[in-house]
Amino acid sequence: MRWQDQWQFNLRVLLRQRFRTLMQLIAMSIGVFAVVLLTGLGEGGRQFVMAEFSVLGKDTLLVIPGRKETSGGMPPLTGGTRDITLQDAQSLARLRNVEGIAALVVGKAEVSYGGRNRESLVMGANADFFSIRNLQVQQGQMLPDMPLDQARPICVIGPTLKRELFSAQPALGQWLKITGSRCQVIGILADSGTGLGFDMNSSLIMPVASSMQLFNTQGLYRIMVDVRSVSSMTQLARQIEQVMQQRHEGQLDITVITPASVLSAFDDILAVITLAIAGIGGISLFVAGILIMNMTLISISQRTAEIGLLKALGASSREVRLLFVSEALMLCLAGAILGITCAELLLWLVSMQFNDLLFIAPWWASILALLVALGCGFIFSWLPANKAASLPPVEALR
Amino acid sequence: MIAVTQVNKTFLLGDQPVHALNNVELNIQAGEYLSIMGPSGSGKSTLLNMLGLLDVPDDGEYWLQENGSEITKASLVDTVPMDEEDRARFRRDHIGFVFQSYHLIPRLTAAENIELPLVLAGVPPKEREKRLAPIIKRLGLEERAGHLPNQLSGGQRQRVAIGRAIIMRPKLLLADEPTGNLDSHSGAEVVELLEELNADGITLIVVTHDADLGARAKRKIRMVDGKIVLDQLTADSHTVTEAG
Repeated sequence: MRWQDQWQFNLRVLLRQRFRTLMQLIAMSIGVFAVVLLTGLGEGGRQFVMAEFSVLGKDTLLVIPGRKETSGGMPPLTGGTRDITLQDAQSLARLRNVEGIAALVVGKAEVSYGGRNRESLVMGANADFFSIRNLQVQQGQMLPDMPLDQARPICVIGPTLKRELFSAQPALGQWLKITGSRCQVIGILADSGTGLGFDMNSSLIMPVASSMQLFNTQGLYRIMVDVRSVSSMTQLARQIEQVMQQRHEGQLDITVITPASVLSAFDDILAVITLAIAGIGGISLFVAGILIMNMTLISISQRTAEIGLLKALGASSREVRLLFVSEALMLCLAGAILGITCAELLLWLVSMQFNDLLFIAPWWASILALLVALGCGFIFSWLPANKAASLPPVEALR
Repeated sequence: MIAVTQVNKTFLLGDQPVHALNNVELNIQAGEYLSIMGPSGSGKSTLLNMLGLLDVPDDGEYWLQENGSEITKASLVDTVPMDEEDRARFRRDHIGFVFQSYHLIPRLTAAENIELPLVLAGVPPKEREKRLAPIIKRLGLEERAGHLPNQLSGGQRQRVAIGRAIIMRPKLLLADEPTGNLDSHSGAEVVELLEELNADGITLIVVTHDADLGARAKRKIRMVDGKIVLDQLTADSHTVTEAG
């Protein structure tokens, strides 16, 4: 049999029985579609988590109060034995290799303007905080460079908070009331999303000394240290520990977190997520394989008589197998391509909806799905075709 | 052209062995017109399938002449030891089949069904067309060549099946109840067509229940319980062999 004739024979099978072909195509593409879509969603989620935890720049250290003696697990984010004070922060800023530090106080307070008020995240910070977190203002200015212990009634607000309090009215120069005290808006942040759980868009940033008065505290929530060169990171971390130990009467009651240690702390979580995605992918591949197996098995078993006829007319077993296997492979290939295309399209549409999340199916999912489709198509067309082809024609014809 | 000696075939029907062919001896000359008759289960279809290499005997010899060779004992080939691939090639090149239920491929048009053996044999399209046209004309199917089997009447379908059986120009044409699914009018047309082909030189073997159809054959064979009990040449109107 010439290959052109074989190609045409297969095309006739597929095109002249459109309903059957369509049903098979749908079953096969759904299997592949599920694999690509699910792993794409899972992978998008994983990327999102990764991005959340890598907000901390490569060249930034965190100093937080308290100490966890055992290694592994997440360092405590709050509490601690002894406060980190502004004086501690100032002495860290004097260390060699420190580009700048951000001293942070975080709390919640009711912010009001005119008749409107909002429970809002209030952060005490300094000028370096903006450069370390890479924050931009869309209007006005950032906090000015001034001594850490100086309080001034000024603040920078996020765009969401601005919209909630002022709607479309100008906010620059207006005075906000924050639980008893007041501050003047000097800048509005550009849209910057969330990072490490803080939604900067709906927060208010004021000088750190002002916030310490507001919340009536002596302790800093944390210090972010911008390192001059990444290579001296570990050395600097040890240096910071020494300085703090000295200042705290020989007691090491702070924890220094490096970007590497943050990521490794979340390694377990990420490993579980990755495993879950692989599981989802595996299960959907399995389901896809079963679907394709059934469609191919049914389609060929129904045509045992045709196989008998072809053999009676003189087709060899090899030719019969070739015909039916190539037909199944053509269908599987078309189904897989359709499924992958639909899934990618849907992932793209979903990604368009959420600008924070990017859903992209991992390349291995598409390739595996394609291979499983073709593999199942091959095995489960070869088996029944081979069985029917090796029957004496008279039995296949019955 | 055909020499069958001491052929046996046993089936298991449930756990009951059925002796479908019991020491069958049969010699057929090229160009003969045979009918094989007998009650259900007498082994007549089994004999036909075996003659058509669709089935293999348990033992015995079946010598079949290849196309184009001289009719001598030396030109015959023993088909029993052949493997399935050789038998397939032999069927393709030397034997045509007509079945009771037509066995047309439903998605192929009449012309494509007739052409199918040529396609399987790898004949190029130009040559196929050359062979197809006169056969369609002879079958009177010019108007219907592009129709699918389910758009054809029973008689037309059986004519398509006959066209498919003869397109490879076989010397042997086997028909299993060719009129079994047809009304008497289209049945008669089909029988006429088969007899015309026999007149052109093809060896025709028909298995049938229909006594009228069986009686038309020049040589009548009757089978009971896997044995040939009667082998009668009508033209000379005397019994050649009387077995049993």
